[in-house]
Amino acid sequence: MNILVCIKQVPSSNNVEVDPETGVLKREGASAKLNPYDLFAIETALELAERYGGRVTTLTMGPNQAAKALEETLAMGAEEAYLLSDRRFAGADVLATSHTLAEGIRMAGNFDLILTGKQTTDGDTAQVGPEIAEHLGIPHAANVEAVLALDGEGITVRMQLETVLQTQHMPLPALLSMDKDVNTPRLPSYLRRKAFDPSKLHVLSRDDFADQSERRYGLAGSPTQVERIFPPEGNTEQTIYEGTSDELADRLYTLLRTRKFI
Amino acid sequence: MSYQKVNERHLDYFKSFLPADRLFYGDAISEDYSHDELVGEKMMPELLIRVTSTEEISRVLAYANAERIPVTTRGSGTGLVGGALPVMGGILLETTLMNRILDCDEEDFTVTVQPGVLLMDLQQYASDRGYMYPPDPGEKTGTIGGNISTNAGGMRAVKYGVTRDYVRSLTVVLPDGRVETFSGKVVKNSTGYSLKDLIIGSEGTLAVVAEAVLKLVPQPACTVSLLIPFADIDSALRCVPELIRSGTGPTAIEFMTRNVILFTEEYLGSRFPDKNHDAYLLLTYDGNSAEAVEANWTRAADLCIEMGAVDALIVDTEERQSVVWTARGAFLEAIKGSTTEMDECDVVLPRTRVAEYIRFTHELEREYDIRLPSFGHAGDGNLHIYLCRDGMDDASWAERKETVFGRMYTRAFEMGGLVSGEHGVGFAKRRYMLERLGEDQLALMRGIKRVFDPNNILNPNKVCEVD
Repeated sequence: MNILVCIKQVPSSNNVEVDPETGVLKREGASAKLNPYDLFAIETALELAERYGGRVTTLTMGPNQAAKALEETLAMGAEEAYLLSDRRFAGADVLATSHTLAEGIRMAGNFDLILTGKQTTDGDTAQVGPEIAEHLGIPHAANVEAVLALDGEGITVRMQLETVLQTQHMPLPALLSMDKDVNTPRLPSYLRRKAFDPSKLHVLSRDDFADQSERRYGLAGSPTQVERIFPPEGNTEQTIYEGTSDELADRLYTLLRTRKFI
Repeated sequence: MSYQKVNERHLDYFKSFLPADRLFYGDAISEDYSHDELVGEKMMPELLIRVTSTEEISRVLAYANAERIPVTTRGSGTGLVGGALPVMGGILLETTLMNRILDCDEEDFTVTVQPGVLLMDLQQYASDRGYMYPPDPGEKTGTIGGNISTNAGGMRAVKYGVTRDYVRSLTVVLPDGRVETFSGKVVKNSTGYSLKDLIIGSEGTLAVVAEAVLKLVPQPACTVSLLIPFADIDSALRCVPELIRSGTGPTAIEFMTRNVILFTEEYLGSRFPDKNHDAYLLLTYDGNSAEAVEANWTRAADLCIEMGAVDALIVDTEERQSVVWTARGAFLEAIKGSTTEMDECDVVLPRTRVAEYIRFTHELEREYDIRLPSFGHAGDGNLHIYLCRDGMDDASWAERKETVFGRMYTRAFEMGGLVSGEHGVGFAKRRYMLERLGEDQLALMRGIKRVFDPNNILNPNKVCEVD
């Protein structure tokens, strides 16, 4: 079983400031960490590899510093890591990001299973995982809370959807976006960290990819642009309504309508 | 010493200045007030008063003193030795409504609090402002008043010390109602006997703490913990003196065993990141630069591995720290959940004797067929050992508890240890304190008690008895 986990390096504090002038997240100076959601995917991958035999590879797109996050996955138990790093990847939206990751995955090897976290703590879109699968033309499941079976026939997973639990069977290769808190991620090992072998960390740029089309990467490959990022307005106003659940639902609906939340 | 029972006349007096919703008499008092977190006995007060100000405390005490009614002060009732149990009935003075943080002095690095402020609220308050209140007992819902009364220690004591080291001054109400402030917002003090320090750890027997000025320190910018697995508890504990000698300056050195981790998983309903090994040390390093902190923890990790650790697992992010330390904070409750009834031993030993002592408790487990799970602060020699009743009937539980406690304290004393490292003496551990300290020292304590509380109305029959 060859498993790949896509990960991302994110700011280490969950309270990253937004530059009020430019609307950009102030990443400079803020220390970085592995996206907490990805830890559940890494743990799932390592448990599956232990149970069914196989190896775990990790991959990310980012600047050179993102190698730190990959080294951490090696300390947790991954055997190889790929960093997709190229100035021409900068400014990518979810479409260009997922395309870049899909191209990188093609170069990194043949994987039976690709795992991602549900979302990242800085982007929060939860779109990149499923989009990678679309680029690769493989089936995918999101909000996966458990892998129920895995064999030559394919994989059976349980997904935690908004109102139902859905069990889904898919042929391999497949991509799973793991839900949060589905396991307790193992801690990075100091001994593995000390034994880090740089030859296990590969750096790829656009020149290594099959698709050389400039229009598919970075800003040029991004049909969506972020106009502005701003922190939500703080509000401590409190109103308490009393009544039957129907009355309360009506009042709440009217309130949300008038405030243009729905 | 003879006391008066609370009667209608007394009640009328209290009603004259206290509202009905803060006065509870007889059957109106909830059973919750009859016990703490551990001591098996239940004891009801005759009157429960929920105070809201220093002045109210003063009026209640002055009256109770004149009328010879015993008064026991209670915070949130998280004690483990019966310190807040009204053993002589009387008035239970509950302070949890006095839960305001009155002032944060960012020039003198102090915070002024009322006694009912919860430790977790104070820690959050300090951290929101870039400061840290270092004392860190596992029980975060205890009140600061309770922490002061037991001189609570906790997990950061190795580097930062205990509650006593963070109390700058105390405003207390004496049994006759006088209000006095001991010490001040000063760093040093050689002005006579330290009355402030007499109050700290006196378990409500000398005066009632009405306000405290506590010291804060700047919040360290970087904190990393290490979870270090070992094949057995002996190899784990052998590292502790070396770690202290290493000069790496750990904030915490905790030890835990696999069975306690398994109880905790069961209790919390969530998995611990590693439980493949029999014993673990949990170390913490903090500081202002990530590089300096890393230099220290890697040195500690190397040292432990040289001494036989299987690995060192890195606990370096908020999420990882929360998983590991939440579990650590739940150990007591988890062990409690694993048995029908339990009692505890909170001995403190010279740090070098901890491994030997834990080995001794394992011998006791075999000899008396009793479960004695333990965990604790290896870095300061303070152990928490729990006697689990499991399936024992009343008679054998009472008998075995008596024998095992006796053996445990005797051995601790032979090693130069003391009865309590941080939970206090209350009434549950008094006889062991007498055994350890002897009549002469007890006589000195009684003398102090007499000076503060000549009528013996404050928390009678706790710590030391006065005739």
